[in-house]
Amino acid sequence: MAKELLKGNNAIAEAAIRAGVEAYFGYPITPQTELLEHMAARMPALGRTFVQAESEVAAINMVYGAACTGKRVMTTSSSPGVSLMMEGLSYIAGTEVPMVLVNVMRGGPGLGNIAPSQADYHQMVHGGGHGDYHPIVLAPASVQEAIDITVLAFDLAEKYRTIAVVLADGSIGQMMEPAELPPMAELKKHLPHWAVTGEPGRARRLLTSIYLNPDDEEVTNMRLLNRWMSIRENEVRWKEYFLEDAEYVVVGFGTAGRVALSAVRAARAEGIKVGLFRPITLSPFPEAQLKEIAAVSEGMLVVEMNAGQMLDDVKLATEGLLPVEFYGRLGGVVPFPDEILGEIKRLAAGPIPNQNGHARQRWLERLALIKERD
Amino acid sequence: MINPLPNTHTQVVYQRPKSLTTAVTHYCPGCTHGVSQRLVAEVLDEMGLREKAIGVASVGCSVFAYNYFDVDFVEAAHGRAPAMATGIKRVFPDRTVFTYQGDGDLASIGMAEVMHAAARGENITIIFINNAIYGMTGGQMAPTTLPGMKTTSSPLGRDIEMTGMPIRMAELLSKMDGSSFVVRRSLHDATNIRKAKKAIRTAFEVQQQGLGFSLVELLSTCPTNWDLTPNEALSFVEEKMIPYFELGDYKVADAVKALKL
Amino acid sequence: MQTEIVIAGFGGQGVLFAGQVLAYAAMDSGKHVTWFPSYGPEMRGGTANCTVIVADEDIGSLTVRNPQAVICLNLPSLDKYEPLVVKGGVLVLNRSLINRSANRTDLRVVEAPANELAEELGDKRLVNAVMLGALVEATGVLTMAAIQKALKDHLPAKHHDLLPANFTALEKGAEAARRTLAAQSA
Repeated sequence: MAKELLKGNNAIAEAAIRAGVEAYFGYPITPQTELLEHMAARMPALGRTFVQAESEVAAINMVYGAACTGKRVMTTSSSPGVSLMMEGLSYIAGTEVPMVLVNVMRGGPGLGNIAPSQADYHQMVHGGGHGDYHPIVLAPASVQEAIDITVLAFDLAEKYRTIAVVLADGSIGQMMEPAELPPMAELKKHLPHWAVTGEPGRARRLLTSIYLNPDDEEVTNMRLLNRWMSIRENEVRWKEYFLEDAEYVVVGFGTAGRVALSAVRAARAEGIKVGLFRPITLSPFPEAQLKEIAAVSEGMLVVEMNAGQMLDDVKLATEGLLPVEFYGRLGGVVPFPDEILGEIKRLAAGPIPNQNGHARQRWLERLALIKERD
Repeated sequence: MINPLPNTHTQVVYQRPKSLTTAVTHYCPGCTHGVSQRLVAEVLDEMGLREKAIGVASVGCSVFAYNYFDVDFVEAAHGRAPAMATGIKRVFPDRTVFTYQGDGDLASIGMAEVMHAAARGENITIIFINNAIYGMTGGQMAPTTLPGMKTTSSPLGRDIEMTGMPIRMAELLSKMDGSSFVVRRSLHDATNIRKAKKAIRTAFEVQQQGLGFSLVELLSTCPTNWDLTPNEALSFVEEKMIPYFELGDYKVADAVKALKL
Repeated sequence: MQTEIVIAGFGGQGVLFAGQVLAYAAMDSGKHVTWFPSYGPEMRGGTANCTVIVADEDIGSLTVRNPQAVICLNLPSLDKYEPLVVKGGVLVLNRSLINRSANRTDLRVVEAPANELAEELGDKRLVNAVMLGALVEATGVLTMAAIQKALKDHLPAKHHDLLPANFTALEKGAEAARRTLAAQSA
């Protein structure tokens, strides 16, 4: 299929439709509303389910119900709406039914604003809902990647009976870029063996997240964990740029990764041997890959549109093998490439600057100066 | 020696409905959950819906409904059963989808979900158990607790100056344009139980005919948390609850009347 | 090779669509391109802008601090972006709504009375086409033929009667660019 100029939100919605999503439940919230609108326009015409729920709480519980039937289902929202969905997500995780959630993140906490942000990293990657569970979290950095990841999310969710999250930010949702949509897939013909379908001639099926006996709940938790271990083993995804001879490595996902790419190119043009590592799966996190790179690099710079949430995971993964610095912008501010270029130059000027205190503290001090300058 | 009756004269007059499992319920002595679940099961049997029904259990004493019905079941989060039922019904419109919810679940934390399911005219059936208290958590005040009624969270009796009056859900839901069949019945004696069963049957017929949202509110007992004997509890329903929660048909849409059930 | 263009004005001036036409033309010319709007409350009647980046390789950041070209459809846009354009960059001003010239002397400044030109052509909605014509002429980022083709392919069918007027508007803008740039270099 030829490339079309597509807006991220519409591209994700259409990709889901072509991946065979049969039911969509959502609630309007900027900056993901085009997604809901696209579904409203397309799904009923295809004879599939679209419901604008009364709240995100209802939307996720409609998803929960539909997911129990084994059909492909999804919801989409943005940060404050996703917070409301946490209850349902935990139940869905505990019931082991697959679903896809798209979170087009905006500035927070609270009502915040509608500007692009990555401040929901911890909420998405490290839980959010109660209980011991791990969703798969995929972070696209372009419209094409958003399309590909959305299709992949359905496959992974079903393969592992888990929640798969497409974690974008406002700019991925709102931007337009040439991209190619997949062909329309056939709808699933066979529903899984566990699906609650109300069909005659078989023993009744029950889907629940309640295990009152702690021993039973422990078994369930171990089943979830074993599945997660297998996900960690098999589903780590990332992208590398200019790493072959890199002495310094920038790590960033999604939009921050894009901005970092511009900075890395500019630094290369100035002769600095720097590369970019862009995680695509934030969960499972590319720990082994980062550790390997850390062992042969001089220094790392983590760039995020939050206060250093992935930074914690990078530090854990790299096990103190090299200095890890941080640069972020907060509250919906998207950094310009020149800010990150400045940070790369600082790192490459060597020797690695004073490592006293936490990278986050050092960054806060530098950011105060940068804000004064700009 | 007693002459046994010839076999041709024996007749089964009472047995476990096929739609119930053989599980022993966890309900307290004198609780009417067992009655209401049996009525639902009998109706599913009689209408031949057992193998095409999908039940949605809620949170509260009704949480274990899924253990007692021999039909496909899912277990919702507290209050969200109508949303979950919506999700199921929309992808399987030809299945019979029902929720079984208590008053804390439906009238408190799940108020939004039930009102909007009714507003959408969602073609599901809701069995609503009103026993004026939170049973599972040990007897706290519910939105349906009567004025002055003592509970563990209203130890001096429900103070309506502070907590308002009990919510009459059947009346409220009857005002929604999307609801088709909304009635209140009681389970305190045999006559009323028979009427309750008829209402449940109608509710499922409404869904079968695709006529939209149906709900049967059942006034029920909670002897344990009311601190009454089973018999006293039945009297409490009759003497205290019915005067406030009047029995009746609050919404019977013309299309439902036309069914002439 | 990468060109960053900002189109800025009031909501309703066709800012976002002008950017999309540019993006379609870039895509159809085999270039990499991104279109990124300001979005949200400011879209509804307030200021609106979008950044279009046209490049020969895949594009990193969707925004830049210092764009190479800016279309200013109103005065607030000029006030905001004049200091930001890179040295030697292009500034296209809608002099119908901007009552001053650029202050900087290190830019290539194009001026066009876009509202008057649009009204002469019989449709005030052509303001964005005039400005786009001026931008394309001044920057050479894409060919005018590519812009015309993008308009033909992506203007909603119900507006296709406006195509000839749009083409004329593009040309009027290009003319204004040639005229004012010639005057500037003289």
